[in-house]
Amino acid sequence: MPDKKEKFEQLAKVIEELKDQPGALMPVMQHAQNIFGCVSLDVQKAIAEGLGVTLSEVYGVATFYSQFKLKPAGKYVISVCLGTACYVKGSQKILDKLSEELKIPVGDTTDDGLFTLNATRCLGACGLAPVMTINEEVYGRLTPDAIPGILAKYTE
Amino acid sequence: MEIYRAHVLCCGGTGCTSSGSAQIIARFEEKIKEAGLDKEVKVVRTGCFGLCEAGPVVIVYPEGTFYSRVKVENVDEIVSEHLLKGRPVQHLVYTDHATQEQDASKSLDEIGFYKHQKRIALRNCGVIDPENIDEYLAFDGYKALEKALTKMTREEVIDEILKSGLRGRGGGGFPTGLKWKFTYNSPGPVKYVACNADEGDPGAFMDRSVLEGDPHSVLEAMAIAGYAIGANEGYIYVRAEYPIAVKRLEVAIKQAHEYGLLGENIFDSGFSFDIKIRLGAGAFVCGEETALMRSIEGKRGEPIPRPPFPAVKGLFAKPTMLNNVETYANVPQIILHGSEWFSSIGTEKSKGTKVFALGGKINNTGLVEVPMGTTLRTIIYDIGGGCPNGKKFKAVQTGGPSGGCLPAELLDTPVDYDNLIAAGSMMGSGGMIVMDEDNCMVDIARFFLEFTVDESCGKCTPCRVGTRRMLEILNRIVEGKGEMEDLDKLEELAKNIKATALCGLGQTAPNPVLSTLKFFRNEYIAHIRDHKCPAHHCKALLEYVIDPEKCRGCTACARACPGGAIEGKLKEAHHIDPAKCLKCGQCIEKCKFGAISRK
Repeated sequence: MPDKKEKFEQLAKVIEELKDQPGALMPVMQHAQNIFGCVSLDVQKAIAEGLGVTLSEVYGVATFYSQFKLKPAGKYVISVCLGTACYVKGSQKILDKLSEELKIPVGDTTDDGLFTLNATRCLGACGLAPVMTINEEVYGRLTPDAIPGILAKYTE
Repeated sequence: MEIYRAHVLCCGGTGCTSSGSAQIIARFEEKIKEAGLDKEVKVVRTGCFGLCEAGPVVIVYPEGTFYSRVKVENVDEIVSEHLLKGRPVQHLVYTDHATQEQDASKSLDEIGFYKHQKRIALRNCGVIDPENIDEYLAFDGYKALEKALTKMTREEVIDEILKSGLRGRGGGGFPTGLKWKFTYNSPGPVKYVACNADEGDPGAFMDRSVLEGDPHSVLEAMAIAGYAIGANEGYIYVRAEYPIAVKRLEVAIKQAHEYGLLGENIFDSGFSFDIKIRLGAGAFVCGEETALMRSIEGKRGEPIPRPPFPAVKGLFAKPTMLNNVETYANVPQIILHGSEWFSSIGTEKSKGTKVFALGGKINNTGLVEVPMGTTLRTIIYDIGGGCPNGKKFKAVQTGGPSGGCLPAELLDTPVDYDNLIAAGSMMGSGGMIVMDEDNCMVDIARFFLEFTVDESCGKCTPCRVGTRRMLEILNRIVEGKGEMEDLDKLEELAKNIKATALCGLGQTAPNPVLSTLKFFRNEYIAHIRDHKCPAHHCKALLEYVIDPEKCRGCTACARACPGGAIEGKLKEAHHIDPAKCLKCGQCIEKCKFGAISRK
């Protein structure tokens, strides 16, 4: 795993590559989030300096879009779809069950840093409603009873 | 080109990929090779077939046998029986919901779900391999661009789109040709073409399916638009939540460059065009055109007042023409077949077809494309197969958070832009969520308000503060703390927000509340006056009771109850203490005798 210095070098390369294209700020921040897992304040400062924009502009963008995280997320990010199709098929119950099993409110990360629980906008997999994703893995046609078994796969 | 005796088409859309189609494709390739058939049978990963409910979906041609809910374990049987011996595997064939028929000889077009459809925007989805430009070319791909660049003037292209009557498929329904004409008329050496692929309406996924199943159709249309309005650069703003769509767009752009269909001097016409992809970052308001352009510029996606319209001053302060994905997907067909053909489909003021994403409490979840003017009843019952488990239909929600809920009495409404608005809803991007008797309409209105409160960008007060006040009232009502005058307050707030909010998000945010107040007012009144939720959905108003006649005293419910609210001796009728009951519903699930009910 690259250490922090290497990550900042990676970021500097990205900035160098993209800084001349119009509207570079968001693509740079998206790359930064991939590198660091979040855009924390030190990362925002580096971006502001590299692109020659103010820190407030970077912070404004970081807090406007739900994709940008200011704190690192857990190893496994659980996203429960609360799109309309999933909601009418009971995804709130799935979310409640997860919150109960993990003992964290929605939007939070477990103390061991293993799970982050998010409610998300429509994932577009409405045919499988209700749906959740754990990192890249998709789980569809869920029932609350299925949750403990699915979580167990990740805690082993 | 090699010729194969059979093709196995396997859906690689998001829905089917999520239920394991990638593994199924890999298994097919492996097994077909093992059987020595790899020179005779080709496996194609296509885009979405539309019938997501039946996914993962596999179709074997030339017979057109339609296999549904295929599992990796089923692949061996399909290869050994169907591909090797020519005998379709009967038990895996799709069962038609309406007829309960499982007919292997029925082709796709004869199945109830597809029979009433007419596919223009989705014509190639599920038919071609979206990552292979040759397959798009074989289906007349880029012929419309060639025709436009070599045989038509810029004015003729715009005129053709104008005459076709095509209107924006993203929601507003603005005449597409007019938008093109306005941008054409704007002076300036630099103009932009942009594509709105920030499909944010929950429950709508047609744009994603077009990008995943037929990305070249969008690229081709953008190039045609670029030629027409005088732009050499295009941007596609796509949701980061659609990784498969993003990847296929990238592949498609690269291939189009290799074939000289994007880049410098296309078809030796002197016209050059290039397309860049920009990823959204999770903000619903960025589907609004001025907010979307701010976001491409790398700024906070806040809308700005119009005028100036983007056609005059848009992206990077240059004239910009923005259409959504489905709108573009229609363009090459209009150029190829002419405006007369296109305008012969649909209703007087809404031409062509519309794609709807059917979801919620409906048997055939998926994407359907029907001529404008098809009735809600045809879409929901003949195509969608009605509500599952014999439940009663209550409402259909169209237009996402900007739309409304329509009741059973309006099922015979022919669907087009104007009829939906007259009925109190709107077309929106085409989400169509069906609700049955178990859905509480007050809670649905609350759900949408929660969404808009969350997604309001905060720039203007009516939207930022007004929608929050409405949500607070709705929260009170579903908790049984509402008052009758709350209904008047809701209506007054709604009227003011609609009249004063800056952008489309705020102006339409009250619609779900207004339409449910109009058609399901009795449900609001039941919550407020009787402290009852007629759908037995709202937790605070629910009471769980055990019917002593039916209870056998098996103790299953008492053991399942996390709150220790159920009392009773073995083999005697049990009782729920309402003070301790958490209303989690676990007792109902455990009871084998149907003795527990919600009241």
